[in-house]
Amino acid sequence: MKPVNFDYARPNSVAAACALLAADADARLIAGGQTLIPMLAMRLSRPTLLVDILRVPELNGIREKHSGLEIGATTRHVEVETSALVRKHVPLLARAMPWVGHPAIRARGTIGGSLAHGDPAAEVPLVAVTLGAQILYEDAEGPKSMPINEFYLAPTLTALPAAACLTGVRFAAPVAGRRGCGFHEVSARRSDFAIVAAAAEVVLDPDDICIAVSAGIGGAGDTPVRLHSLAEALVGSKLTDRVLGEAARAAVADLDTADDLHASAAYRKRVAAVLAERALRDARDEAMQASSGRRG
Amino acid sequence: MQVSLHVNGTLHTLEVEPRLSLLDALRQNLRLTGTHAGCEHGVCGACTVLIDGEPSRACLMLAVRADGYAIQTIEAIAPAPGELSVLQDAFCETHGLQCGYCTPGMILAGHVLLKQNSSPTREAVVEAISGNLCRCTGYGQIVDAILLAAERLRAGNAAKTGGRP
Repeated sequence: MKPVNFDYARPNSVAAACALLAADADARLIAGGQTLIPMLAMRLSRPTLLVDILRVPELNGIREKHSGLEIGATTRHVEVETSALVRKHVPLLARAMPWVGHPAIRARGTIGGSLAHGDPAAEVPLVAVTLGAQILYEDAEGPKSMPINEFYLAPTLTALPAAACLTGVRFAAPVAGRRGCGFHEVSARRSDFAIVAAAAEVVLDPDDICIAVSAGIGGAGDTPVRLHSLAEALVGSKLTDRVLGEAARAAVADLDTADDLHASAAYRKRVAAVLAERALRDARDEAMQASSGRRG
Repeated sequence: MQVSLHVNGTLHTLEVEPRLSLLDALRQNLRLTGTHAGCEHGVCGACTVLIDGEPSRACLMLAVRADGYAIQTIEAIAPAPGELSVLQDAFCETHGLQCGYCTPGMILAGHVLLKQNSSPTREAVVEAISGNLCRCTGYGQIVDAILLAAERLRAGNAAKTGGRP
């Protein structure tokens, strides 16, 4: 379990990191290292150069921007988990964080690493897809961004250009109203990757009528997916248990689910419906507890 | 490459290959063999150390990236040579170890929990050690050890601050 030898560089800006990547096709970025180092140890990855971006100052931090929230790529999971700004602006992300690995992984792993690695069962990509986040990145031409629905192509394959550095993720300001969220997951062991996970956010008006809903499923197929048909089914309705259950089952009916040694495709589809329903119920219950629409 | 590591209060300057893990640097270069090498790819938790007070995998940290952090290993947990911390003592008392391979990692994971939360629930203890595998005990006695230590530390602190013993 020893990696092949490689060179190591610690540039102090994103531009310098991108230049190193552009000069060497076998160079790899490293931030928290909680995914890349195991791959190095098993020699599944054999880079010639590791470009360490963990201490590039511009990549770290959680900032309010345009009444939404931007989280820098090297912000560690534990910082996201405990951030009051994240709880305020992106409560669904705060809800999902305790499901990411275990305390030792959350202490070192970064949100940008999780997004860029793109494991289909990982929680952070699922939340980003569910909420329609924007991926921020930079290459030789400067800063750019991409909607998350164009970002994930296949398991651990993203649309990020080869010599680009993911710099962060932006969550837009939510629809005003009484907001609640829910997150459920089934895995073989605590802290393991999800066999299936479901995330949901619901916004209600003062009469408990749904004015916005978003939900997504992770772990079931090649990439996390947003359940787009839910909005048509639920916006304008009162979210009774029956309505939510029927909508969840209908929304996952066309889901492409994977068959592997952990679970069959049929099992994943059934569990996806059940977890989506539970996440939606939790989100509705929390939104109904929220006192008024003023808090957003 | 040269790297300076701040381990258990002492600064060490080492010459290492970039691929050397902090785990191997601690064990081979610094002879701090209390940190155990298990799976070497981040699954088992035997190599847990504290990096700036947070439990972390030494096998997932390259030594060349570990400069500038305060690193603590199991060797720094006992109050004095030949003594045991309250938590270490509790592991002995509840039979919280059998072969002992996972024990340094378990102690450090428990140590961090008890610093953050003086009255953890059983559930919180299970969560705190969720990244540490034990193939002997079945975990029951390990959870008991951390809860026993929590109780003793609370009693000790209450006595110190003049509360009821």
